[in-house]
Amino acid sequence: MKKGVLNLDEKRIIYAKSLGKKIADDIFNEIKPYTTKSIERAILRILGVNGINSKGIPYVNSIIDKIHKKNLLSKGIIYLISNTLLKFNFESIQKLIEDIDEDKIDITKIEFSDKEEIKKIAKKLIKDGISKIINKKREREDLISKYPLGDKPYLYVIVATGNIYEDGRQVKSAAYLGADMIAIIRSTAQSLLDYVPYGLTTEGYGGTYATQENFNYIRKILDEVSKDIKKYVKLVNYSSGLCMPEISTLASIERLDLMVNDALYGILFRNLNPLRTMIDQKFSRFILHLGGIPIVTGEDNLIKTVDSKEYYYTVIVSQIINEQLAKNSGMNEKEIGLGHAFELDPNLTSGFLYEIAQAQLVRELFPNSPIKYMPPTRYKTGNIFLSHIMDTLFNIVANLTDQEIQLLGMLTEALHTPFVHDRYLSIENAKYIKNNLKSLSDEFYIKNDGIIRKRATEVFEKAVEKLEEISSIGIFKALEKGYFSDTKRPENEGRGFDGVIKKDSDYLEFYDLINEEKL
Amino acid sequence: MKEREKFVRPYGDTPDDGIIQISFTIPLPLPFSREVAKRVIKEMGLFEENIVYEKDIYSDFSFFIIYAKFNKSIDISKIKINEEEIKIPDFFEIEKIIEEKIGKKIKIIACTLGSDAHTVGLDAIINAKGYNGDNGLERYKGFEILNLGAQVPHEYLIKKIEEFKPNVVLISQTVTQKNIHLKNLTLLTEMLEAENLRDKILLICGGYKITPELAHELGYDMGFGANTYPSQVAFYIVNEIIKRNLINKWS
Repeated sequence: MKKGVLNLDEKRIIYAKSLGKKIADDIFNEIKPYTTKSIERAILRILGVNGINSKGIPYVNSIIDKIHKKNLLSKGIIYLISNTLLKFNFESIQKLIEDIDEDKIDITKIEFSDKEEIKKIAKKLIKDGISKIINKKREREDLISKYPLGDKPYLYVIVATGNIYEDGRQVKSAAYLGADMIAIIRSTAQSLLDYVPYGLTTEGYGGTYATQENFNYIRKILDEVSKDIKKYVKLVNYSSGLCMPEISTLASIERLDLMVNDALYGILFRNLNPLRTMIDQKFSRFILHLGGIPIVTGEDNLIKTVDSKEYYYTVIVSQIINEQLAKNSGMNEKEIGLGHAFELDPNLTSGFLYEIAQAQLVRELFPNSPIKYMPPTRYKTGNIFLSHIMDTLFNIVANLTDQEIQLLGMLTEALHTPFVHDRYLSIENAKYIKNNLKSLSDEFYIKNDGIIRKRATEVFEKAVEKLEEISSIGIFKALEKGYFSDTKRPENEGRGFDGVIKKDSDYLEFYDLINEEKL
Repeated sequence: MKEREKFVRPYGDTPDDGIIQISFTIPLPLPFSREVAKRVIKEMGLFEENIVYEKDIYSDFSFFIIYAKFNKSIDISKIKINEEEIKIPDFFEIEKIIEEKIGKKIKIIACTLGSDAHTVGLDAIINAKGYNGDNGLERYKGFEILNLGAQVPHEYLIKKIEEFKPNVVLISQTVTQKNIHLKNLTLLTEMLEAENLRDKILLICGGYKITPELAHELGYDMGFGANTYPSQVAFYIVNEIIKRNLINKWS
């Protein structure tokens, strides 16, 4: 639809975003003194460290845990490594890491050199690591100029067999059928693992492990298909959970194209420690930005377990905060794909009008963002025929309100991870709607005193009210009080809190090491 | 019952037409896959198959929609069914039962016991997100949950039970190599009995290899295996708490 058809009050939008900014700034102030084990592991991965030791433990975990036990992680891994390299020569960082792992060298016992000297080495190491990520970004840009993306809304599907080789076959099928973006769903509860598994994997529960080797395998298959159909097909994965910074790094190294990234999701639905995951998220978004990888956020989850009619405003609240958090991490609006969903009770009279209202509201609040629109799941049953029709209504709203990333619903949503032909039926449905509704959004206006505008305004005003409350008490208190999804999460509880480390005065800020170097 | 009605077939639009609709994918390209699809139908015992739609869905997959006839009849006089088939109520109904019949929160301790680091099962049942759209136990207002996570030592669990005073203890065991799960589970029942805690709680275990029979054998009240939904566990807990009047055992 034309921008501004909802006739929202511009001043109220600016006000709402200023509240979001305050909340985000407060979060950044609170997390500033800390680093995490996962950030330090990600820094090692940026330096090129990979692989597992003889016990099957990833080197990055083994090394960071060793240093943490000696209480020296407060200096940051880059400080310790750079200090070591001032004194000793190693053929590669990987070799140094393997020696630390085998206790051939104890880098915590080396006398510290002059901080400026250490910083010089650190800058060089980081620059070398980051330049690989920047090259991947350029490689993507080149490929997209050669094989342009499809038309919006981008059709986005998921594959989740648990076996990377089967995933490869199904990814290929989906891409040829017309998918613009494909995600490999992660194995159930990978977000709770405090390490990234290694290698090509064939056994996952409800999905496939996110590993560097799996990323590489699927991206290669999609590169072949992209070349063949002359359209660049994007690969999506999930940078969430306890290894958020590492996964973001691996995604950048392996040229993934879009990452689901949302601390709030982990806090509410995976009981991750709020502080830990906010610190991790800041770093992750910074890395993804360097790698030219936009994020999509998980607000859709907020209305999957509670009633969307009553709680849709929490989606808007979270989006406004998330946008500011991403901006604070250096992202621009085009890189911030805020999420939401079509989740109203199908028995609700005029529910379709409310869905239009909500989707258009998001579109107008964030006109430059690649909004991610998620299909119905909550009220789906084994009636696959009705389910297919619900997805059709969802597809209509996606096109009518110009959503950008359209995750396609599956008729078997309530039953199993998608079968290869479920995906076919779903892509066919979406293509049919997209083609038939082409240009409809341009011709469409909304009645000024009608149901749609009234619903949009109501939701927005409720969100502003909540933002006012949260900005006065701060997000951590709001989480403790259960403001989102009816779930209470105290600041110093939840998984991963033991991986939060206070930095000391020697700590070299990753952000400074990069900014000063001007890539 | 009249003789004619004793035998039944699927119904399309005419009695006894036996029409069945089927769709599936064959992992081979057309046209070869079509012949495979026809044989699948025959092996199923169906006749007069009509492939109404076939489609190459790439990567050497072909999708088929087929109608076919079932020409045997089912003798319904031989079928016995349990008329009181248990229907698991949904999330909202379970919440209502807790509110109306119990009137206070049911306290639950959950964990993975001993050496087992896997929380896949535990998370699917406990985490608010739940499993396949079925809300996890954390989502229920009627449950107060202390999730101790993975690799909890037996002694620590006993200590936590004494502190938290739960009505229910949920144990998850994923790893079954060398029957380690049996040792872990048995040791817990022995310790609970030694500490006089066993009769204060509903003791439940879960995991891929767990069955109700195995659970009873190990001294547990119930066991849940693969493909268990959180609402099944929730409904069992609520019913047993009422039946055994376990809600006030600690006071």
